[in-house]
Amino acid sequence: MSAGIQADSGAGDGAEGGTSAVPLELRARATASGVIAALVGRDLRRFFRQRSRIAGSLAQPLILWAVLGAGLGDSFRAAGAGGVSYLQYFFPGTIVLTVLFTAIFSTISVIEDRHHGFLQAVLVAPVSRTSLVLGKTLGGVAIALLQATALVALAPLAGFSLGGMGYATLAGALLLSAVGFTALGFAVAWWIDSTQGYHAVMSVALIPLWMLSGAMFPASGAHRAVEVLMRANPMTYAMSAVRRGLYGAQLPAGLVPEWSSPALELGVCALFAVAATCVAAMLCRRRA
Amino acid sequence: MSGAAPLPLRVGGAAPPAPVPRLRASDLRRRFGARAALDGVSFAVYPGEILGLLGPNGAGKTTAFRLLSGLIPADGGAIELDGAPARPADRGYRARLGVVFQEPSIDLKLTGRENLALGAALYGVPRAHAARRIDQALALMELGARAGELTATYSGGMRRRIEIARVLLHDPDLLLLDEPGRGVDPEALRRIWDQLGALRRERRLSIIVTTHQPEEAERCDRIVILDAGRVCAAGTPDELRARVAGDVVTVRGDAPEEIAAVIGQRLGLAARIAAGEVAIEAARGHEIVPRIAELFAPGRLRSIATARPTLADVFAKLTGRGLDA
Repeated sequence: MSAGIQADSGAGDGAEGGTSAVPLELRARATASGVIAALVGRDLRRFFRQRSRIAGSLAQPLILWAVLGAGLGDSFRAAGAGGVSYLQYFFPGTIVLTVLFTAIFSTISVIEDRHHGFLQAVLVAPVSRTSLVLGKTLGGVAIALLQATALVALAPLAGFSLGGMGYATLAGALLLSAVGFTALGFAVAWWIDSTQGYHAVMSVALIPLWMLSGAMFPASGAHRAVEVLMRANPMTYAMSAVRRGLYGAQLPAGLVPEWSSPALELGVCALFAVAATCVAAMLCRRRA
Repeated sequence: MSGAAPLPLRVGGAAPPAPVPRLRASDLRRRFGARAALDGVSFAVYPGEILGLLGPNGAGKTTAFRLLSGLIPADGGAIELDGAPARPADRGYRARLGVVFQEPSIDLKLTGRENLALGAALYGVPRAHAARRIDQALALMELGARAGELTATYSGGMRRRIEIARVLLHDPDLLLLDEPGRGVDPEALRRIWDQLGALRRERRLSIIVTTHQPEEAERCDRIVILDAGRVCAAGTPDELRARVAGDVVTVRGDAPEEIAAVIGQRLGLAARIAAGEVAIEAARGHEIVPRIAELFAPGRLRSIATARPTLADVFAKLTGRGLDA
């Protein structure tokens, strides 16, 4: 057995058995797609192995939804949309919050992992930094979409009809915002390189953006200054698109900003996803 | 495990240094702020050779390791791989290396086999070969029986072995190991070194290992002693030990400075203090021991011992400090 793992490999692939005689290019054969698939597979395996994480990540937003939705139910009526209960109004915001939390949760590990863990092994492998960013981002996206799907399946609890949803808009909005949030999380993790700093940026900056996205109250009833902020907030567009998707053709009036449209919303989401991914890749390539 | 086994298909036997080193590092420099972590360090490792970078914490070993593995860029210097200029930032260079970190870089939530499969994917080992190579690497590192268990349940020695197994899958030419002895019990470490020794013989694998432990450095063919970012000596363990004359007599007791002063005045022997112990070089240590014992009142000394010099003695002589400092 100590003949080593080299012993019979020469029989297979010609490039396999060599040492210095093999040209360098032949040995760096790790394809980007192979690396990305392996990294996504790793994240999914880890996720499904942690039962408590699955339960917690679903229970947390549902509890928040039930408590806030029921608690505010009587004191809140969306302006211009009198028929919608707050439990229903708040549900799309819960889905977006879940995607946001998952993105934060799946990228905060980058900080430790990069200096003391698994990511070290990726950094010294013949793998491009862009593949690392895409693999890690898409891993987080896959988990976020699994959780968002579970919540969408529970949407009838909030009075939505699974038969009437605009699935294309919903899927597009969820996918693009998951990519945007996760890539942003990766970029912040790589750039800040400290867990406390990461929390400061992600929680302190992103939660207010979520609050100002139309998740908790519609733009139409808000103070003029707040409405301007909401208009400038990219998350507002993701929020509106998710809301549109959940209602499909039965979208009550006043729930999404009148100055917005599905095309604009998905466009902003796509722009945000691409920009965040580019920034993450740039930071990761530039900094050790 | 390796000793009795039949020898390999590839070139066997000990490795006489070939004219072209597998890797040559010339004048490596790296600063962190005002501190020069590496201040013009050069060394070479030949095919089938184990090169040790020995030094205390802060000597520059880990900086050299990170630089060679491509984790941080150098401020200056050059690296050649098999005689050709190479850059650690190039994927072609990294594809020929196997890097084992001091801190585990396996995923503890995955099984041993899953970790290896991930490693194979990162190095582009074709799927058709990966399964067989993983089985072979697991067998080589004696982990086959536990391959299906989560690595979180592995001992420190097993984790180190699964890491080594992972970097063998793509058939590297050069292994970089950062402090392989850390967190591994001595018996497990001995087995790891036996396995590495076999790989080096059978596959002409070159190994660069950083360590601050003299016992580990003894396993290397050649050693580069680093101190404060510079090379302060290089050679085989025997060559380095020859720098210390004869034996080393070690005296332990309270107030080592006073003990050293008394020995200096009364016996005219140069005594140095390292790691709280008084060390005296002497051609014939056994003759010195009773003479030192007579100098002090009973109970004043805790122990006197004479021994052949270790690499720790060599380091202490060269730098005036201990390796654990």
